[in-house]
Amino acid sequence: MSDNVLKVENVTMQFGGVVAVDNVNLEVNAGEIVSLIGPNGAGKTTAFNVITGVYPPTNGVVYFEGKKIVENYPRGKMKKLYKTENNGAYTHAIEPTPDKITRMGVARTFQNIRLWSSQTVFENILIAKHCRVTAGLLSATFRMNKLEERRQREECDELLRILGLEGVRNELATSLPYGQQRRVEIARALATQPKLLLLDEPAAGMNPQETQELTAFISRIRTDFRLTVFIIEHHMALVMDISDRIYVLDFGKLIASGTPAKVQNDQRVVDAYLGVSEDA
Amino acid sequence: MARILPYLLGGISVGGQYALIAIGYTMVYGILRLINFAHGDIFTAAGFFMVYAAASLPIYVSVAVVILLTIFMGVLVERVAYKPLRSAPRMSVMISAIGMSYLLQNVMWYITGGLAKRYPIIPWISNSVTILGYTTKRVTIITPFLTLILVVALVILIQKTKIGMAMRAASRDFETAQLMGIKIDNVISFTFVVGSALAAVGSLLYFSNYATVTPVVGAMPGLKAFVAAVFGGIGSIPGAVLGGFIIGISETLTKGAGLTTFSDAVTFALLIIILVVKPTGLFGEKPTQKV
Amino acid sequence: MKRNRIPQFFIIVGAFLLLLAVVLMLDNVPGVPVMLLIVLRKGAIYALVAVSMNILNGFTGLFSLGQAGFMLLGAYTYAILTVPVENQALVYQRYPNGGIGFSVTESLGRVLGQPGLLLGVIICLILGGIVAGVFAYLIGLPVLRLKSDYLAIATLGFAEIIRAVVQYEKLGPITNGSNLLSNFTNFSNFHLGSLKLDTVMPFVFAGVCIWVITLIINSTYGRAFKAIRDDEVAAEAMGINLANHKRMSFIISSFFAGISGAMLAMYQASVQATIFKAAMTYEILLIVVLGGIGSISGSIIAAFLFVGSSEWWLRFLDNTTVLPNFNAKLLFAIIFAAIVVSIVFLVVYRQNKAQKSRPEAVGRGRKILSLKLSGVITLVVGTLLLLGDLRFLISPDLQVPLLRSGFRMVVFSIIVMIVVLFFSRGLMGDRELPDLFRTRHKRL
Ligand SMILES: Nc1ncnc2c1ncn2[C@@H]1O[C@H](COP(=O)(O)OP(=O)(O)OP(=O)(O)O)[C@@H](O)[C@H]1O
Ligand SMILES: [Mg+2]
Repeated sequence: MSDNVLKVENVTMQFGGVVAVDNVNLEVNAGEIVSLIGPNGAGKTTAFNVITGVYPPTNGVVYFEGKKIVENYPRGKMKKLYKTENNGAYTHAIEPTPDKITRMGVARTFQNIRLWSSQTVFENILIAKHCRVTAGLLSATFRMNKLEERRQREECDELLRILGLEGVRNELATSLPYGQQRRVEIARALATQPKLLLLDEPAAGMNPQETQELTAFISRIRTDFRLTVFIIEHHMALVMDISDRIYVLDFGKLIASGTPAKVQNDQRVVDAYLGVSEDA
Repeated sequence: MARILPYLLGGISVGGQYALIAIGYTMVYGILRLINFAHGDIFTAAGFFMVYAAASLPIYVSVAVVILLTIFMGVLVERVAYKPLRSAPRMSVMISAIGMSYLLQNVMWYITGGLAKRYPIIPWISNSVTILGYTTKRVTIITPFLTLILVVALVILIQKTKIGMAMRAASRDFETAQLMGIKIDNVISFTFVVGSALAAVGSLLYFSNYATVTPVVGAMPGLKAFVAAVFGGIGSIPGAVLGGFIIGISETLTKGAGLTTFSDAVTFALLIIILVVKPTGLFGEKPTQKV
Repeated sequence: MKRNRIPQFFIIVGAFLLLLAVVLMLDNVPGVPVMLLIVLRKGAIYALVAVSMNILNGFTGLFSLGQAGFMLLGAYTYAILTVPVENQALVYQRYPNGGIGFSVTESLGRVLGQPGLLLGVIICLILGGIVAGVFAYLIGLPVLRLKSDYLAIATLGFAEIIRAVVQYEKLGPITNGSNLLSNFTNFSNFHLGSLKLDTVMPFVFAGVCIWVITLIINSTYGRAFKAIRDDEVAAEAMGINLANHKRMSFIISSFFAGISGAMLAMYQASVQATIFKAAMTYEILLIVVLGGIGSISGSIIAAFLFVGSSEWWLRFLDNTTVLPNFNAKLLFAIIFAAIVVSIVFLVVYRQNKAQKSRPEAVGRGRKILSLKLSGVITLVVGTLLLLGDLRFLISPDLQVPLLRSGFRMVVFSIIVMIVVLFFSRGLMGDRELPDLFRTRHKRL
């Protein structure tokens, strides 16, 4: 098989009559940083939600490291409602819950930050380690997992250090400024030990300096954690700076893809962002 | 056939009463996503209102007074116990509802001394009639018809009037409806008005059949009506009505089969069965959550 | 961190042992009010069941209303297994050959004496918990996949079903139908030398169970529960299997509810299905709310307060009372007025403050009082009560108005509603006792 870590094949996500993701195909190769851009409402977050198992797609397949993790075809009410291509191409349904996909090695952050509000920064990260715990309920209850627990705590402190969050270790996560909360979300995602990291608008709410730090940081974790990174971002400087490749989504459809330079000069992309007048 | 006929008739009748209460549950749930645990106690309170009103007023005036008082009480419960918690976590509101139910039960117990009160006889509907060789109170016969008439009227209200439209909008998407300028508090109050009024009618019919009122008597029919609402698909009015009839009939048939201990349990067994087979109920829609 | 951990553990164990010593003393010193002992025993049991409910409602964010049903299962399992053989004919009068024909505690007690009896009790308590846990597993299969409202209804329904099933005639030879099960091994069967252990035993059992629950809550699994409570979507995205963890929490909660039910049976020395009604679940829920959702120590404190006031301190509210003379009347009137004034003041003050700090109220500031309907009602009722108090004071009547059977529960439910509406964090919020002694928010 090729070395793509993530492969999305003919994926359509239709909410009632709204086609949020329209027959999309894309690949992300090992070690790459790939961006997904597009105007508001283009379907970027929805694409992430399909990849991570939050919504079963209406049609299509998602592969992770060559293995099918998600598959679906129009069923029930959707049979009649289905609007786009490749109807009938698939006949199986694989609908894993998001936690299963995460344990396979796909971690994500959320566009609208979703930290656990009653927990401190450290606890937020520690809880994300729970999916790697091997101790059962009994041994965890009676503290027979001391070694594992200690190792996990050390790893979390290490993550805090890498992200520069040691200073706020014991603060309530949701009491931090926005930029820091985003970083806690990234630390939390990293704590699940992913191979593929999905970041949904990580720079939203950050000031220019923080954005610059984030750019450097993403490049660094790619090498340090041997990660593949897939980013949704509106911040063009960041996108152009770190992406190996870019996919552009508009009204659910992929309208362009390729290197930053190529995408930047694509007329359709410019139109999608600036809007084309009706009679053009 | 002749042997099960009385049970069937009784089932349809009590089913209609459950349906009337169930509508109150289902409408409130549709808009507030709240199980109004106090609804069953409002139904009981309506029973007591009748007992006390009929003691000093002509019977038909009492009926009107009872309906008005019940409506007032339903709206008051909403204003006091639910409105202040509109932005609180769902669980707090649910707890407030349970607390309200507890309060109403205890107050009723205190006022009545926990004794069963004789329910006044409402002429005509409490009279005996004979149908297919089987004698019963007229209320048994008229309940299903009255229920259906009221439900049709309610459906027309919801489909055709402005406030009905606002109700539908609010139950589809609370926040958006609010943003669109719908006066959500009025809609909610109206929901409680309708729900309580129907509960009052339900209570008139129910107690005419059972003859006595006690402070906790409403808890069980209340719960069953709620189960009926879940069974039919919570949020759906036709669902609540159908659920009410199904629950009522299966309950009386269980009694007919000599398994009286299980007449309550069978309701909940039905509930668990529907939750396994079709979690959203007969007519319920699957909600989607946004991430 | 590590260094002050161990002493803290010893402080807690030491405090618990000290508590046991005090309780043991109270049990055996003459002159201790019986009421106090009753409150302590029942309070310990209610503390356990409230904490068990808190696992689910407070720490996992699931709303279950089946606690009474699970207690019933535990109580019946325990009772059925421990009725001594020679008592079975008496207990199961209505069912010839009723009973299971052996008794776990009796058999073990015959072989090993008191330790065997104790072992038998422990085994049967745990079995009671396991039976409750198995049922929780079965109910959880269909229901935990749904939204949490459905869990509330389904568990409430389950509790009703189980109550009906237990009373079913055909099961009579085992459950004794709708009759009392009694004469089984209970707390008064235990002695240490000549010392009675009636109150110490519930404390030990409840204490150990609550300790285990605390360990669970603070383990990695407990942290996962809290993540589910705070944000289910995020928890699932971080690899926490929702179905498994919810089920786990539900089973743990029911297991301990089962044990507490068995303890309640021991405490009462008899058990009958009719007491395990929805009202019981509501009471437990109210304890949890009063103590603070998500606080173990809050639940414990609230349980003792609840049992204390319902069994003892507020009992007088249920009795028609005639005061002996004017001085007593004056004292009564003053205390009453003070209570009313302080409650009304607290409520009105809080709501006024909250209302004024709302964004849309800022800048309007001139209004002196800004209240919601609930606050206005509190104010009006408070004023009426004070007027009534005054009228009572100047009237020649010595009988205290309002006090008669049922008033206690009214007062109770009003207190509950005031807490729910105005002090929704309860006694402790989501903090624990040790947190109160710390100045800053610092954990782990
Ligand atoms: N659960 C849902 N139910 C119905 N429609 C939805 C749902 N989730 C998303 N949509 C619709 O799908 C479309 C794409 O939404 P999406 O959130 O994926 O956009 P996006 O590209 O992430 O936009 P943004 O840049 O604003 O984050 C929108 O029209 C949205 O309203
Ligand atoms: Mg988005």
